[in-house]
Amino acid sequence: MTELSYRDALNLALKEEMDRDPEIMILGEEVAFYQGTYKVTRGLYAQYGENRVKDTPISEEMIVGAAIGAAMSGLRPIAEIMTINFTLLAMDQIVNHAAKIHYMFGGQVKIPLVIRTPQGAGNQLGAQHSQHLEAYFFHCPGIRVVAPSSPADAKGLLKSAIRDDNPVLFIEDQNLYNTKGEVPYYDYIVPLGIANIVKTGDDITIISYSKSIQDCLKAAKILENYDINAEIIDLRCLNPLDTTSIFQSVKKTGLAIIVNEAWKTGSVASEISSLITENCFEYLEAPVLRICAQDVPMPYNKVLEKASLPDIETIVDSVLDMLKIEKTKKT
Amino acid sequence: MSKINNFLEEQELIELYKKMVLIRKFEEKCSQMYLRGSISGFTHLYIGEEAIAVGTVSALFDKDYIVSAYRDHGHALAKGSSSSKVMAELFGKSTGLCQGFGGSMHLFDAKKRFMGGYAIVGGGIPIAVGIGMSINYKDEDLVCVCFFGDGAVNEGAFHEGLNLAKLWNLPVLFVCENNYYGMGTSVNRASSVEKIYKRACSYDIPSLAINGMDVIEVRRTVDSTVKKIRRGSGPHFIEMQTYRYRAHSMADPDRYRTPEEETIWKERDPIEHYARCLITEGIIDTYELSKINEYINNEINEAVKFAENSPEPSIDLLHEYVYAE
Repeated sequence: MTELSYRDALNLALKEEMDRDPEIMILGEEVAFYQGTYKVTRGLYAQYGENRVKDTPISEEMIVGAAIGAAMSGLRPIAEIMTINFTLLAMDQIVNHAAKIHYMFGGQVKIPLVIRTPQGAGNQLGAQHSQHLEAYFFHCPGIRVVAPSSPADAKGLLKSAIRDDNPVLFIEDQNLYNTKGEVPYYDYIVPLGIANIVKTGDDITIISYSKSIQDCLKAAKILENYDINAEIIDLRCLNPLDTTSIFQSVKKTGLAIIVNEAWKTGSVASEISSLITENCFEYLEAPVLRICAQDVPMPYNKVLEKASLPDIETIVDSVLDMLKIEKTKKT
Repeated sequence: MSKINNFLEEQELIELYKKMVLIRKFEEKCSQMYLRGSISGFTHLYIGEEAIAVGTVSALFDKDYIVSAYRDHGHALAKGSSSSKVMAELFGKSTGLCQGFGGSMHLFDAKKRFMGGYAIVGGGIPIAVGIGMSINYKDEDLVCVCFFGDGAVNEGAFHEGLNLAKLWNLPVLFVCENNYYGMGTSVNRASSVEKIYKRACSYDIPSLAINGMDVIEVRRTVDSTVKKIRRGSGPHFIEMQTYRYRAHSMADPDRYRTPEEETIWKERDPIEHYARCLITEGIIDTYELSKINEYINNEINEAVKFAENSPEPSIDLLHEYVYAE
């Protein structure tokens, strides 16, 4: 084990995989000469050269399309889209092409493609640079969606995503890049579709992913002051979704809340809520609760921005409310 | 019509004729089968444009790639896909090229390096560029030909694709099949630049326009262009001027073209012209032509029989190909 930032863990995964397989190459805006907008690809251009680490023009549709073509003809491309907001410019290639090709051509060709892209809010970047768009992709069959919450998972999941034969949207949280954690230095793999029970508990199940996991852990610490022992599930992957872990936990605790930083309407939280209701209804002691961002475009103002996002306090308050416990100074 | 003597071996010249007739008769049969209800969905026929697919693909290696759009039957047949498997795909049968999962607009034949029909206008262009990138990455002596229509040149994907192909000097031949109509809208009502080949000039891509009704002109031009691409001269663009005799799709009432215009183009029919040329130059006689036609009629009838007698895909396969295992 060694302590690495989320950014460096991703960088290490890219290096290890590129060393292992010469068919892996990277393309995207500012990935080579500039060494990555968020420096995830730092040093790779120098190490692997311009054939394997390619700067592209600002042409998101082209970046993903070219990566699909490359994947269809023997390479294993990793495309970086600078932020998830720009994936909308590549939506035709992602949804109409990458997600369909294996299916509509009767399984004749695989698309081993990873699209790495960061998302995140809370930095006063305004309405067009603060979106959480995982639900758009989660909705579409044919594309895997991965969202790691820790440096170790960042490494292990990225390596799995690269080795997967399907298109994978790999969502990094830009607010996590500097967070540190222990990362195995060996060939560490986290399989896609296995959730991580980051904290065990019996009283309530809190389901989340990506950066919100940290908020959930802090909220759980506060809830201990009220003798509430929460179980926290880090989904790691939204597709494939580990419903087994979700249902097992909810059947044990009888209470479930789902936390995500995306808009509430049509969110991943909404879908998981439905799944729990359909599959665990007789175990539920209260309605499933979604804790999500407000359904508004992100305002620039700091106070308004904060008010639009779920935080530790919202999680604590919601759990106390659910359990009909009065909030005291313990928080 | 170009002179054809001394250009290709006789057998190759006859092969061009056979392939064009195969596509023509295949498409005529599709029309019948569609009206009979055996083929559903959107079906876009290639009748009138045969010289482009046949002339272009005949200049390629088997290992070269081609990418198509939704008017893709002709390209698949030209690249060597079995007419029976294409017909079965249109019937939605399990023996089809894509086991009935694709349909008319989504043919694909991995073994023939026919890299797919895509039904989003311009959508295949970035993919073809990516295949070009792959060829260069592996330092192969191959090209990727990307077919699209005149409508695609107004899509963003076209411009992003041409720019990157030139920027990275990729071995891609862009073939614009200009049939003068994007669905019901004529080129001069859709493009600020009426001469489509000029669109590529802004990316410094060598570009020209040719008669897409003349299989020999197509073949000659693609031959010399592909040789240049294999020598590392990067992407090229050819506008091939042609006409579709039928409507945009089987669902299109076709009320935007005049009978006079249609007549002018049909007088330049690629198959009839080429047949006359073969006869004039003593390469084939009318008896041999009729034998070829008869042979192809049989092949098409066999294809229909094969499609009719093939089973529907099993419902058990509904989820089979969503993800690769």
